[in-house]
Amino acid sequence: MEWAVFVVFAIAAVGGAGGVVLARKPVHAALSLVMTLFSVAVFFVLEGAQFLAAVQVIVYAGAIVILFLFVIMLLGIDREDVLDEPLRGQRPVAVAAGVALFAGLLLVAKILQPTGAPSVRGSLTQGDVPNVERLARGLFTDFLWPFEITSALLVIAVVGAIVLARRSGPGRILDEDERVGGGSDAGPEAVLIPGDAPEPPGEQEQ
Amino acid sequence: MNVPGAWYLALAAIIFCIGAVGLLVRRNALVMFMCVELMLNAVNLTFVTFARMLDDVGGQVFVFFTLVVAAAEVVIGLALIVSIFRRRQGATADDISLLRG
Amino acid sequence: MDAVRLAWLIPAFPLAGVVILYLGRRFLKEPLSGWIATLMMAGAFVMSVVVFSGLHSLPEENRQVVLRGVEWITAGGFSVRFGLLVDPLSVTMVLFVTGVGALIHLYSIGYMHGQERFTRFFTYLNLFAVSMLVLVLAGNYLLLFLGWEGVGLCSYLLVSFWFERPSAARAGKKAFVTNRVGDFGFMLAMFLIFSHLGTLDLLSAASSAPHLSRGTATAVALLLYLAAAGKSAQGPLFIWLPDAMEGPTPVSALIHAATMVTAGVYLLVRSHPFLQHGPAAGDVVAWVGAFTAFIAATIALTNFDIKKVLAYSTISQLGYMFLAVGVGAYTAAIFHMVTHAFFKALLFLGAGSVMHGMEDNQDMRVMGGLRKFMPITAVTFIVAWLAIAGIVPFAGFWSKDEILAATWVGGAGVSAHYFLWFVGAVTALLTAFYMTRQVWLVFYGDERWRGKLHHDPHESPKVMTIPLVVLGVLSFVGGALNIPKEGFKNLTEWLHAAVPVKPLEVHSFGQGFMLSTIAVILGVIGILIGARIYNRGLRNGQDPTLVRLGGLGRFFDRGWGIDPAISWFVDKPGRALADVLAQPVDQGVIDGAVNGVAAVFAAVARAVRKVQTGFVRNYALTLLSGATIVLFIFLIRGTV
Repeated sequence: MEWAVFVVFAIAAVGGAGGVVLARKPVHAALSLVMTLFSVAVFFVLEGAQFLAAVQVIVYAGAIVILFLFVIMLLGIDREDVLDEPLRGQRPVAVAAGVALFAGLLLVAKILQPTGAPSVRGSLTQGDVPNVERLARGLFTDFLWPFEITSALLVIAVVGAIVLARRSGPGRILDEDERVGGGSDAGPEAVLIPGDAPEPPGEQEQ
Repeated sequence: MNVPGAWYLALAAIIFCIGAVGLLVRRNALVMFMCVELMLNAVNLTFVTFARMLDDVGGQVFVFFTLVVAAAEVVIGLALIVSIFRRRQGATADDISLLRG
Repeated sequence: MDAVRLAWLIPAFPLAGVVILYLGRRFLKEPLSGWIATLMMAGAFVMSVVVFSGLHSLPEENRQVVLRGVEWITAGGFSVRFGLLVDPLSVTMVLFVTGVGALIHLYSIGYMHGQERFTRFFTYLNLFAVSMLVLVLAGNYLLLFLGWEGVGLCSYLLVSFWFERPSAARAGKKAFVTNRVGDFGFMLAMFLIFSHLGTLDLLSAASSAPHLSRGTATAVALLLYLAAAGKSAQGPLFIWLPDAMEGPTPVSALIHAATMVTAGVYLLVRSHPFLQHGPAAGDVVAWVGAFTAFIAATIALTNFDIKKVLAYSTISQLGYMFLAVGVGAYTAAIFHMVTHAFFKALLFLGAGSVMHGMEDNQDMRVMGGLRKFMPITAVTFIVAWLAIAGIVPFAGFWSKDEILAATWVGGAGVSAHYFLWFVGAVTALLTAFYMTRQVWLVFYGDERWRGKLHHDPHESPKVMTIPLVVLGVLSFVGGALNIPKEGFKNLTEWLHAAVPVKPLEVHSFGQGFMLSTIAVILGVIGILIGARIYNRGLRNGQDPTLVRLGGLGRFFDRGWGIDPAISWFVDKPGRALADVLAQPVDQGVIDGAVNGVAAVFAAVARAVRKVQTGFVRNYALTLLSGATIVLFIFLIRGTV
């Protein structure tokens, strides 16, 4: 029974991942991402991390992907040409590196054994404690300090986002060849390295 | 009946690699970000798998924190993307190349 | 109360003089600056006497005092300090350097009267004194070399003092460059000494010298002799000294008669262990010395310039000193150095006095009969003349006689020493002759200057004549330093602590007496011939000797053609070599190598720069590739 669920949602997860990478429009990519996120949530349930599955759906699929969609709509980044690759050699090397990495990870999984050492932070399942309670107990005792720090991190993130996204004045839509922050394809305004001026992306060499 | 942990690990590896390749190949900033999220999810899956295999609650707690940090990261990252690409139609990651030596 | 420890003060006095005169050069003018400089020298002389008495009060075994001084250079195994060696030899040198030097300073106050750069002259004189004293008091070869270079520098500064005259500027350069050839030998010798003996300290090197192989010791000795030859105008390196007469006469007296040129002799005497263990070197030194003495004497025979005659005379007398060093009679060499300082300085100062009274004329053809007009100068000059001619009981007789006697006995395995004695004897005859010629042409005979000067010649002021008188007295009694009779051999005994070499004794008193008599007779013969020829003055403005000797005379007069030969050699092959080295070697190889290294770096940088594409995705790719590689490294490490 579990196997069937696993296989189905494995296919969904991988399919979603491929969709993110291969989709032409960003919105399609976001939707594929949702599919993958849901599948991962199912896996969490299968592995007995029910609380995490819930959090995954709520936070990831519910909040983060929504944010993505908002930004897509805001910025109007519509289509992108996935077919050509301006940077020479980037694609083949990237694929090769990805395959190599996968092979390496598989080997690691095969070769290295779990040590069987006693739990570092206490058993997950002993005593048949419900998952939420076990997690909460661990969070507020052993992991209290990281917990507080990450909450501070969240506050900082919020403040930072507000500061970053503020408009400093009425902006205008830039032309095709203008850069953000001033300057144009003819060259940047402040030349830090004398000699070479950046060239437009179309004619870049590596 | 139980699916062995190794399968989950392999699955996580696949997702991670797909996400990595996608990060390198796509030019759209938002799609690149989504690939990063893919990679983070793969890592989360790995942690949970190990929590189950080693019977350790630390794995799941770590996923908790990863989620939090990922959320914060998305917030800031999107704010940056918005502020950089707000005025430009069709902005790509290749346009930020002032560090060219 | 350890007076010897005060030896530091001896060079400190003239050094203070230099500082005072330089810093106060705007306010200190004639004659105050001259008196300051002279007082400093006098102070140094007083300190020398104090140190001498301190050293004298020590028992003989303790008479080599090393003052350690401040650390100078320390690099790995190499360590040199500003240390002094106070022993009988250095104290002797210091005494006559400061004494004669003070007298010459006093004289210069009168001689340089009215000169524009009066103060600068005395600054240079004091600087020279500092360098010479450092040279003599140094406890190691490197510090000695420092003084050595210092006196070379001051010689250059002082010879070209009137640098507006192109001949003077050229002479200064010639002196410096010729000295440099010798310095090259000095440096090589120091390298050899250090690499074989591990120290540059004078005493340590001297005591370890026997450990060297014959070949190495000979090489060191010969290199040091090269240095000495450069400084003391021996062999082909004599060419700078006659030209150096372009400088003011006190400079000629101090540097080129009494002190700097004797530095070479001092160096060799200090390094006598090397000479003793490499006897081939002694041969070279003795032969070159003897022949230099002879050749220089022949050149002086017909020269009309009053200073040039004395210059060649100096070269000749230095030849005697080196002859003595070559045969191992070190004490005799030092003895002659001291007496020579007295009478040669006197001769130069006297010549300066003559020139002063003759409106700076140096040509002896327009002199004559001056003894009536300059009595003091004449009398003192005559005293010096008798001394250099080797007439008993003047100082020069005793010292020259000792050298000739030692050569006759033949020490240190020098070959054919009887022949060398013969050369020395002939030279003594020639010396007496040309000095007599000079005295007669200047002070006796017709007054050939009549009608050619604005005023009649006059005696010099007291400031100039007092030093003449003092030196005259010293030239007369100076022989008492080392009369070869028991109880009077003061200098030999005194120097024994520093130069523990058995002096060369004649085999019997009778032999010694005969040799001395021959020496005196030679001197007298020379005087008589000279007096007879020049009593009649010049015949039609021609020198009778030159006329008599004909072609040979002209050959002597032109300096045996040595100077032109050297110039030709330096000009043709030397210039060609320099051209080769400048163009292809310096520009091509050396500059090319340096620029090439820079170019390599630039090329590498240009290539590496391509990594910085500016694209984040490229960087991310690099990151991922790196991470994958690290993963595989761990995998392989774990399994293999």
